[in-house]
Amino acid sequence: MYDVVYFSSVSENTKRLVEKLGLKSVRIPLKSDEAERFTYDHDSVLVVPTYGSGEEKTSVPKQVIKFLNNPENRKHIKGVVATGNTNFGESYGLAGDIVAKKLGVPLLQRIEILGTPEDIEQLKERLNKLWELQ
Amino acid sequence: MNTRLISRPVNWNKIEDPVDLDVWNRLTQNFWLPEKVPVSNDIQSWETLRPHEQKLTMHVFTGLTMLDTIQGTVGAMSLMPDARTQHEEAVITNIAFMESVHAKSYSSVFSTLCLTSDIDEAFRWSEDNPNLQKKAEIVLNYYHGTDPLKRKVASTLLESFLFYSGFYLPMYWSSRAKLTNTADLIRLIIRDEAIHGYYIGYKFQLAYNEADPKVQEEIKQYTYDLLLELYENEIKYTADLYDEMGLTADVKKFLHYNANKALMNLGFDPLFPKDECEVNPAILAALSPNADENHDFFSGSGSSYVIGKHESTTDDDWDF
Ligand SMILES: Cc1cc2nc3c(=O)[nH]c(=O)nc-3n(C[C@H](O)[C@H](O)[C@H](O)COP(=O)(O)O)c2cc1C
Ligand SMILES: [Fe+2]
Ligand SMILES: [Fe+2]
Repeated sequence: MYDVVYFSSVSENTKRLVEKLGLKSVRIPLKSDEAERFTYDHDSVLVVPTYGSGEEKTSVPKQVIKFLNNPENRKHIKGVVATGNTNFGESYGLAGDIVAKKLGVPLLQRIEILGTPEDIEQLKERLNKLWELQ
Repeated sequence: MNTRLISRPVNWNKIEDPVDLDVWNRLTQNFWLPEKVPVSNDIQSWETLRPHEQKLTMHVFTGLTMLDTIQGTVGAMSLMPDARTQHEEAVITNIAFMESVHAKSYSSVFSTLCLTSDIDEAFRWSEDNPNLQKKAEIVLNYYHGTDPLKRKVASTLLESFLFYSGFYLPMYWSSRAKLTNTADLIRLIIRDEAIHGYYIGYKFQLAYNEADPKVQEEIKQYTYDLLLELYENEIKYTADLYDEMGLTADVKKFLHYNANKALMNLGFDPLFPKDECEVNPAILAALSPNADENHDFFSGSGSSYVIGKHESTTDDDWDF
């Protein structure tokens, strides 16, 4: 199974969501300079919260950008999951669209806040399918 | 002799909690006024609504006005004494002010679309409607209470749950290509409420995590109890408003869906199961075009990867 690489701000919604998956996971550091040095060399799925509220430029957390700017990191990302909130309208989960497009990998799912039990089940299924497809 | 410290000036160059600065920045970037939204383009559309539909819309909007009035004058302010940082105090003033903008924006919709006599009737209705008054009574009771954790729970439930019986209607009109400019204005409010609910819920969790386990258990129980108390009243309020149009069942699903999100903002598990939360896809699409993606990128032909619809960012850093 793929590992999970994720970012989560101090509100830690995404962290709690990822923990419910029961997979091996690593968190991109909160501090930008540490995020820049952070490396992970196992094939993984990236879970990314959206923080833009309309401003496309700022939708992807800067720590995630720093992490992905390292080609060694991004070559291991096989899929993306976006977290966010539908209240943000057109920018719901926008960070996931941007990253998936940049990497040319699928956006597996959008999930709100902590995710419902059904969201988690669906994500597990999709992660399994993606794993089998490789 | 030492001077006694009476007050400290807020220092934005010394941030204790990065969320304060982040939320302040978003809220100020999102700042808007109702005058920016061309609601007058909805005049023709308004005329196509039948009298009871117009009346319903006005009642719904006075109900929303009341919640924003409460949140702006009492709810947000009741968070002030327990602010953990001076920056949080500043964010609270911003939230309170935006609630007043929200409250005023309904009046600007009214003055654009409606007759004065109808506006007066709608405000009278809001003062006489028992379910609406009950909703105000329940939350105000906790805002005036002595427990800071309970105040935050009540505030988060107002921000993230109580508004949605009202928000449903402009999304419904929008899904039928009616009152679309008004819907744009409501979407700005909905976006603000998301950040308010996030922020108050986050500050709640900081305090909750410091409390001892017994208190935590009590607060958690209180949260679900209060949600259910408010929910029962919302069901009556909803039936009262929407029965005539046959929309009550549809609105209820929207309420369940948002109740779950309110709980998540507080860090608690959702309450309503999926089949009770299956919001009408047209309503969900009016809220967010990305929301109802039943897409499955595995199905379909070969490399049917769902790739983002948006153009890439121009951020210099983003150079791969
Ligand atoms: C300031 C701010 C801006 C946000 N902007 C968006 C957005 O543009 N789109 C979206 O889908 N969610 C948005 N969100 C919601 C977050 O993505 C959501 O709360 C997520 O669960 C946060 O994850 P985290 O706690 O792990 O950092 C925003 C939240 C905040 C506080
Ligand atoms: Fe508001
Ligand atoms: Fe609000």
